[in-house]
Formats: sequence, structure tokens, C-alpha cells
Amino acid sequence: MPGVTHVQTTINGEEVNFLCEPRQSLLECLRDVVGMTGTKEGCNDGNCGACTVIFDGRIVDSCLVLGVEAQGKEMTTIEGLATPEGLHPLQQSFLEQAALQCGICTPGFIVAAKGLLDQEPDVDEARVRHWLAGNLCRCTGYDKIVRAVLDASQKMK
Amino acid sequence: MEWIDFATPKSVSEAVEMMASKGDRARAMAGGTDVLVQLRGGRRSADLVVDMKEIPELNELSYSAQNGLTLGAAVPCYRIYQDKAVIDNYPGLIDAASLIGGIQIQGRASIGGNLCNAAPSGDSIPPIIALSGVANITGPNGNRQVPVEDFCTGPGQNVLQNGEILVSLTIPAPQPHSGANYLRFIPRNEMDIAVAGVGTSVLLDASGQNFVSARISLASVAPTPVFSQAAGDSLAGKAVSDEAIQEASEKAMADAKPINDMRGTVRQRVHLVGVLTRRTLNNAIQRARGG
Ligand SMILES: Cc1cc2nc3c(=O)[nH]c(=O)nc-3n(C[C@H](O)[C@H](O)[C@H](O)COP(=O)(O)OP(=O)(O)OC[C@H]3O[C@@H](n4cnc5c(N)ncnc54)[C@H](O)[C@@H]3O)c2cc1C
Ligand code: FES
Ligand code: FES
Repeated sequence: MPGVTHVQTTINGEEVNFLCEPRQSLLECLRDVVGMTGTKEGCNDGNCGACTVIFDGRIVDSCLVLGVEAQGKEMTTIEGLATPEGLHPLQQSFLEQAALQCGICTPGFIVAAKGLLDQEPDVDEARVRHWLAGNLCRCTGYDKIVRAVLDASQKMK
Repeated sequence: MEWIDFATPKSVSEAVEMMASKGDRARAMAGGTDVLVQLRGGRRSADLVVDMKEIPELNELSYSAQNGLTLGAAVPCYRIYQDKAVIDNYPGLIDAASLIGGIQIQGRASIGGNLCNAAPSGDSIPPIIALSGVANITGPNGNRQVPVEDFCTGPGQNVLQNGEILVSLTIPAPQPHSGANYLRFIPRNEMDIAVAGVGTSVLLDASGQNFVSARISLASVAPTPVFSQAAGDSLAGKAVSDEAIQEASEKAMADAKPINDMRGTVRQRVHLVGVLTRRTLNNAIQRARGG
């Protein structure tokens, strides 16, 4: 097919190759091409954060990145958090604190929170709320999410 | 989104060549936080999207007391507000870089993109006008420089001709006893479009008691960002006082020509320009005095 591009990238530490059209977002490529559906689509225009991935060391909305931009880059998605030994502390805290209802926003919140805690282990409530302002949740009212992130930050110390 | 081709030039000249070859069917992309939304929503269309992020000059972020700040057009917000030289010398720029979108957007969004997108509400544009920023443009016919207050020509419109790209912004080094601030009004705490915004910079004399000069610029109150020269000039040579600040805020209000829309009314926006002009002037004065 003319114009279809081969992309070689690293997802959760593993080399991944895929073919995509330049107009396809990274979110579409992850979900529909690579088949990793953990990353969610909420708004598809940068407002909700459901599609958050760690891309080149920074959290970004994967709906506002083109798949072709992943060439040679490294990223972490929600699938990269749990290990064979168990859940990531953030995932464990979200369960324990009942920080989700429908769950659509959850991967985005957890990946965004990981981006924060990886660079700033010491966080307070105001910092967590500010950091997560780009993630929307229609169900929980946010309090339990913020508590879960603070709880995980304690566990991770 | 319709079919696009995508290119990643590695130099300014390569980028200009690509942009020029497609004329108005080529579209530059830095962080993509405006342009991808617009292409997907059908508000813009293009045959070729040219990624600006692998061109060294567009990633430059450097400061010297002699040349001031060189801010590459594709540098994302997070690099700006984490940069020691910017933190030390341009707090008025940090004000804007740290409030564009949320953290995810700041990981990608550039000031160059904010300026080229030419939204009346672009939060980085008034502070850069207040700081006397200059746009460094390269095109098929060479280089030119445009003061940032002359860059935007209408909503979503700017001075760039086919084939031209914004390479960087230059902001002069701050003089001693100067200070700047940007504030906007939004109904939420984060993640919203300015109902009105004001960026100011002041230069005081050595005593810190008198204005030498000032520059004031407004967001979201006209088809383009507004440089309110009358407001800034009204302060030159005056003693710092509530009366002088009040007079400048009235001049700024007179330069605001907003519309009624879902975000705010004409009356509210003009009122906000007055409030925000006074507040940003007071904050800029405090910074100029070293506070
Ligand atoms: C959820 C969300 C929240 C937002 N919040 C804010 C906010 O609070 N305040 C605000 O001001 N904006 C906001 N924005 C808008 C946007 O993020 C900013 O305008 C941002 O600074 C654009 O930068 P970019 O690098 O992503 O630009 P891009 O989308 O890459 O480009 C924007 C425009 O500039 C052109 N362009 C880019 N680089 C160049 C170049 N080097 N030469 C010539 N043309 C170029 C592009 O062709 C395009 O027309 C928000 C957007 C989203 C999605
Ligand atoms: S789906 Fe990407 S921000 Fe909402
Ligand atoms: S749990 Fe439903 S949107 Fe957050």
C-alpha cells in the first residue's frame, strides 16, 4: 500500500514493529494495530487523559501523537505496570481504595500517576490534584483516586 | 482525518523546501496539540504534515546576558518551566508555560505552536509581547524577523507565507529592576480557555519607586492578541502608585474589543481586563523590586 509506514518502537521494554498510516494516532495504533487495548479512548482530543502513556519519559495523550512519531522511541503503557510477581503499587492502591467505578479513566490515571511518582516520590494532595488535572473521571468524584495515589506513594517509598 | 503524508526534516533548509513544495497544502507540526485536533475535526486540511521536532534550531533553548533567550519554536512547555535560566530570568514566561493545558499537554505543546496557531486566547502570546519577543522566520526567500505583536493577523491567521516556518523566538535579556507577569481568568482551576488574560512587564528606576517603561498585552478580547501600547506608555516616567496603575488599567480596558460568546460577555471581559491589568502590574512591580 502506498504511504503505509513501518514503525519500529519500544513498548514496555520490548521491541514492537507495526505498519500504520501517517494519519493514525498512537492511540489507534496501540489499540487497533498492535492490539494493546489497555490504553483507553475517551474524547480523542486531548481533554480527558484516558489515553495517557509515558512517551520518551513524559506523560502525553496518545490521541494527540501520531503513530509514526513512535519510530525509535520508548513508551510505557498500562500493560507495562504489573509484573508476573503482582500488581504495581498504584494498581493495588486503586483496588484497595476503591478508586474506580466504570474503569474507563483508570489506565490513564494510573499511568499519569506513575509519571509523577517516578520523578517525585514525595507528593502531597495539592501536587497530585494539580498533576492529574488533565485526567477526567465521570464516576468517582476524584477523592478516592487522589487518596489511592497518595497511598501508593507511601507504599513505594 | 483524511490521508496525510508525514515528513521529519532534520534541518531548517530541508523543512522549508518541503513546506514550499506543497504550498498551502503543507502544515507544520510541533507538539500537534492544536494541529492534530484541527485536522481530525476537519477545521484544517493538509496533504503533508511536516514534523518540526527533529530540527536542532527548533529545539534550542539557550540564554545569555548578551543575547537574551533563544527559544526554539518546537521546545515543549515542560522544558521551558524546568529550565534554570528561564526560571531565573523570565518568570513571566513560566507563568504561561505552566498553565497551558495539563501535564500531558505540556509534555508536547510548544510556545512556537501556541503563537503560530494564533488563537486570540493563546496564553503565551501576551507575556511574550510584554517581554518584547521577536519571531525569527525562515522561508524560501531567506530570514526575516517580526515583532510578536505583529505576528498574528486574525483568528488562526499569522504573517507566515507559504514555505515559511517559525524557527525560534528571541526575548531580550531582562534589565535590572524589571519584572513581568501573566494572569488569565478561567472558571475552573486548570484546563480551560482564557475568558480574558493580561501579560505585563515593567522597568523601574534604581529606586524601585518610578516606572521607566511598561508593556501590556491582552488575550481573548479581540480577533488577535492585543498590544495595548497606550496602557504601557501611560506609565512611563510616573511614580509607582495606585492612581497610575488604575489609569493604565483603564487604557487597557479601552483597547479591549471583545465579543459575547459562551465563555463570557463583553462587559465581563472588559471588567476582567481592568482587574487583571492591575494585578499583573502589581505582581510585575513586586518581581522588579526583587520580591
Ligand atoms: C486539552 C487541551 C488544553 C489546552 N489548553 C490550552 C491553554 O490552556 N492555553 C493555550 O493557550 N492553549 C491551550 N491549548 C492549545 C494548544 O495546546 C497550544 O496552543 C499549544 O501551545 C500548541 O503548541 P503545539 O506545539 O502543540 O502546536 P501544533 O499543534 O503542533 O501547531 C499549532 C499551529 O502552529 C503551526 N506551527 C507549529 N510549529 C510551527 C513552526 N515551527 N512554523 C510554522 N508553523 C508552525 C501548525 O501548523 C499549527 O497551525 C490546549 C489544547 C488542548 C488539546
Ligand atoms: S482520548 Fe486522548 S485525551 Fe481523551
Ligand atoms: S471510573 Fe468511570 S470515568 Fe472514572
